[in-house]
Amino acid sequence: MSDKPSTAPSVDREEIEKIAELARIRIAADQTAEVASRITRILAMVDTLQAADTAGIEPMANPLDATQALRPDVVTEGNRREDFQAIAPAVENGLYLVPKVIE
Amino acid sequence: MHFETVIGLEVHLQLATQSKIFSGSATAFGAEPNTQASAVDLAMPGMLPVLNEQAVRFAVMFGLGIGAEIGRRSVFDRKNYFYPDLPKGYQISQFSDPVVGRGTFEIQLEDGSTREIGITRAHLEEDAGKSLHEDFHGCSGIDLNRAGTPLLEIVTDPDIRSAEEAVAYLKALHSLVTYLGISDGNMAEGSMRCDINISLRPVGSDTLGTRAEIKNVNSFRFVEKAIQHEIERQSDILEDGGKVVQETRLYDADRNETRPMRSKEVANDYRYFPEPDLLPVELDDAFIEELRELLPELPREKRARFVSDYGLGDYDAGVLAASRPLADYFEAVASEAGDAKIAANWVQVELLGRLNRDEKDITDCPVPAPHLAQLIQRILDNSISGKIAKQVFESMWNGEGDADSVIAAKGLKQVSDSGELEAMVASVIDGNPEQVEQYRAADEGKRKKLVGFFVGQVMKVSKGQANPQMVNQLLADKLG
Amino acid sequence: MHDQTVAQLSRGLREKRFSSVELTRHLLDRIGQLDSQLNSFITVTGEQALAAADHADRILAAGGAGPLTGIPIAHKDIFCTDGVRTSCGSRMLDNFVPPYDATVVRQLADAGTVCLGKTNMDEFAMGSSNENSYYGPVKNPWHTGLVPGGSSGGSAAAVAAGLVPAATGTDTGGSIRQPAAFCGITGLKPTYGRVSRLGIVAYASSLDQGGPMARSAEDCALLLNAMAGHDPADSTSTRREVPDYCAELERPLEGLRIGLPKEYFGEGLDAATGECIQAALRELESQGATLVEVELPNSHLTIPTYYIIAPAEASTNLSRFDGVRYGHRCDSPENLHDLYTRTREEGFGDEVKRRILVGTYALSAGYYDAYYRKAQQARRLIRDDFLACFESVDVIAGPTAPGPAFGIGEKISDPVAMYLEDVYTLAVNLAGLPGMSVPAGLVDGKPVGLQLIGRHFDEGRLLNVAHRFQQATDWHTRTPDIAGGAA
Repeated sequence: MSDKPSTAPSVDREEIEKIAELARIRIAADQTAEVASRITRILAMVDTLQAADTAGIEPMANPLDATQALRPDVVTEGNRREDFQAIAPAVENGLYLVPKVIE
Repeated sequence: MHFETVIGLEVHLQLATQSKIFSGSATAFGAEPNTQASAVDLAMPGMLPVLNEQAVRFAVMFGLGIGAEIGRRSVFDRKNYFYPDLPKGYQISQFSDPVVGRGTFEIQLEDGSTREIGITRAHLEEDAGKSLHEDFHGCSGIDLNRAGTPLLEIVTDPDIRSAEEAVAYLKALHSLVTYLGISDGNMAEGSMRCDINISLRPVGSDTLGTRAEIKNVNSFRFVEKAIQHEIERQSDILEDGGKVVQETRLYDADRNETRPMRSKEVANDYRYFPEPDLLPVELDDAFIEELRELLPELPREKRARFVSDYGLGDYDAGVLAASRPLADYFEAVASEAGDAKIAANWVQVELLGRLNRDEKDITDCPVPAPHLAQLIQRILDNSISGKIAKQVFESMWNGEGDADSVIAAKGLKQVSDSGELEAMVASVIDGNPEQVEQYRAADEGKRKKLVGFFVGQVMKVSKGQANPQMVNQLLADKLG
Repeated sequence: MHDQTVAQLSRGLREKRFSSVELTRHLLDRIGQLDSQLNSFITVTGEQALAAADHADRILAAGGAGPLTGIPIAHKDIFCTDGVRTSCGSRMLDNFVPPYDATVVRQLADAGTVCLGKTNMDEFAMGSSNENSYYGPVKNPWHTGLVPGGSSGGSAAAVAAGLVPAATGTDTGGSIRQPAAFCGITGLKPTYGRVSRLGIVAYASSLDQGGPMARSAEDCALLLNAMAGHDPADSTSTRREVPDYCAELERPLEGLRIGLPKEYFGEGLDAATGECIQAALRELESQGATLVEVELPNSHLTIPTYYIIAPAEASTNLSRFDGVRYGHRCDSPENLHDLYTRTREEGFGDEVKRRILVGTYALSAGYYDAYYRKAQQARRLIRDDFLACFESVDVIAGPTAPGPAFGIGEKISDPVAMYLEDVYTLAVNLAGLPGMSVPAGLVDGKPVGLQLIGRHFDEGRLLNVAHRFQQATDWHTRTPDIAGGAA
């Protein structure tokens, strides 16, 4: 993408930290600037889309414009707790364990 | 300063499907932890949602039940946030195109007045799992059995003005959804949970004040108390010249107070976008009309019919029509007993009173409708008096059999045999010469009072089983 | 045996020239000897493979065999395999052994194939060079200093090197076609919805599609016959009937109209690569096809549109990797927040994190309309361009990639330059169309791929065109030196 739009967003440290928090990804302090500059470059590239005239175009979520088929209300799944919890990092009494949840 | 309370409610209603909204796991309450959590419910890699038809049908039935617009094309969206009871890291919900659009809901208050509550929308979504906070070495335990249970979230306009109205709305909603059979409405098991948006504003103002949201209140009584507490809290703040903070609060039933939820402090950015694993749901006329045909008689219609067909008062009709099993019970008793008014009286006074005292629901009633109908028939055919009937009812409640067998076993049948009664009357007259003297000497007015003594004596002799009308007649004849 | 196509091996098995166990053992030996140079496999399942081959031999002996009975294959490590580690090229799933099979895995097992193992890939299918794998880069068998393409680079390299005759891949923005082109093999991305996505670790749900990678169009048809079909567990899978993709392979090309988008032959296309493509087109013309220039006027929107939609969907598809139920979990988390952020910091590689962050940004409050919604609108424009072309042509043809394979390390430091590698393949995913890459020549000993794009559900036509081309050319039979001669 050759032409750089004047409105290209620049993502600063603070914004990267906000996005990383939303995405629950820790970024080490010494890497934030590097990550921010790369993300800024990518956003500058995708921002070329702003020039496109899409007025009145219906957004397309599915390329086939298909519609949802419905499933009959039947129980088809049995208890496979043992299989599933065999690959879990921390379980006790059939429960998945996480650090204390505060409401 | 006088404040007006403005309340909007969001009810999360678990739909009574057999399987989950997007997977084939069972939805039964109370199973061992994580035994009803399939690969889809656990958000295992590569797993995909498939929409349960019955959940859509139930949502549409609700929409039809309140006369709302039905979304001919509705879309599922992802609502993104991290929480351990939300395995995918997003909840599949509906944002811009819900399955049920705008509708209205009429509620009746205790003073008999009615109010219209606007329904903003109702949309389908999946329930989350549960975090159990008992201490596992400083950890919480996560049970995902509930994850994926279908929910219908029903959102009202900010039309509610008091705790009483809020409770009336919830009761009427509960009545409607159980009539429709789309939810078991079991609040103790979390089938119907309520988020309360509440704000105050000076009376006469038409701008909304800053609101607090009280999350996950799960009984009518707690809703009432939480609202009352929150009105007090907010008016204290406002009267002191302070500002209400927009926040999410929890109602603590043990302390009867609301407090801020710590986990929701950070403003969430849910990043809604159309769920690419599901396609738009399109409902055609045939689908909707088929459901319209299936709609049962709804509480309002039933109440009106009870008034017009059975001649009941509007209030009584309302009480009996409030719950479908109660209404069905009443109608079964009325039709078998042949007298709707007496049936209504018995169901409302004796039966409901007894159910309340024992904290039982009509569905657990130990006296089947045909037994109560039989009891009423025995009153109507003079086999027993109303007073004896209450005694028979008590025995029936205690599981001693139907009306006839209790009456027979206890020898409670009313004595209507004129020979037997004549003998009793004669013996009472013979045994009380003084009172007979007095009676005969008295004028017409006093005699009416005095005859009561003789009736009482005869009833005593008969152990309450003498037919009171016949006794009166015989006494009048014998005393002259 | 290792230089034969699936069709040839299938005949060899039926004619009892060799057994499935012999074939399997031979390929396992080759993997053992050669894969240390290529790194195309993450997991080799030798024992299970031999057991499956033995079972297949019994079916072959009993005469109940289908065309794929006893044929060794490999699965890209994005397909969940019951009891076999499915890493998706990520540290996050390094320890993940799913207790279930992807639908495609089950279908191919039911068809009698023998799975030799799981192939290397860019982490979570994000990449065009296979340098983004937790398990190290895959080397191109034609020259180990080159990338094999991505993200299905392990599958492409393994097939090209004669380690396995066919493999599965997934294609979200070119991840089957581009590595097929770089490694000189044939790969097909089916129409969106043609092949079940159940059990494929999701990258971008509205774009992902699994498909076959093999040595010939005929082999792709044989595999697609087994892979295609409605899956009630995938709401986006189509109910359309599955034709026999082998039935139309020989159909002559007379009267076929091939559209050449002028946007695919302009600036940015390597000249020598362009010549290979022109030569291939002349071959098709000589068989009776008509070449027609067409326009895809919204092509310039493809890269930004894709790099909004794919990261946006990925950012939420990857939220499930939280260290709670499976996969990597950081050591001694201090609290819930620490569990999430450190698990995800450690578990995901740089490119995956970048795409999650870009996607999170594009969906976040205040940016949704300008990015995601706008991209969905542009997506419709891009698809409609293709639909308009298909009113006058039967297939569209052009290069699969702007040039042949580039060097390992050459583009890794510049994500945007890397994204440009997908310029000809992305639109096919955005439009949900079927696309193929067919070997069409060599540039300095590096393979070049001809891309064929068809109407929705017109895989049969693509396979037919590719097969007729392969009947007349031998590019698809060329093998890199590492593959050695006939065995």
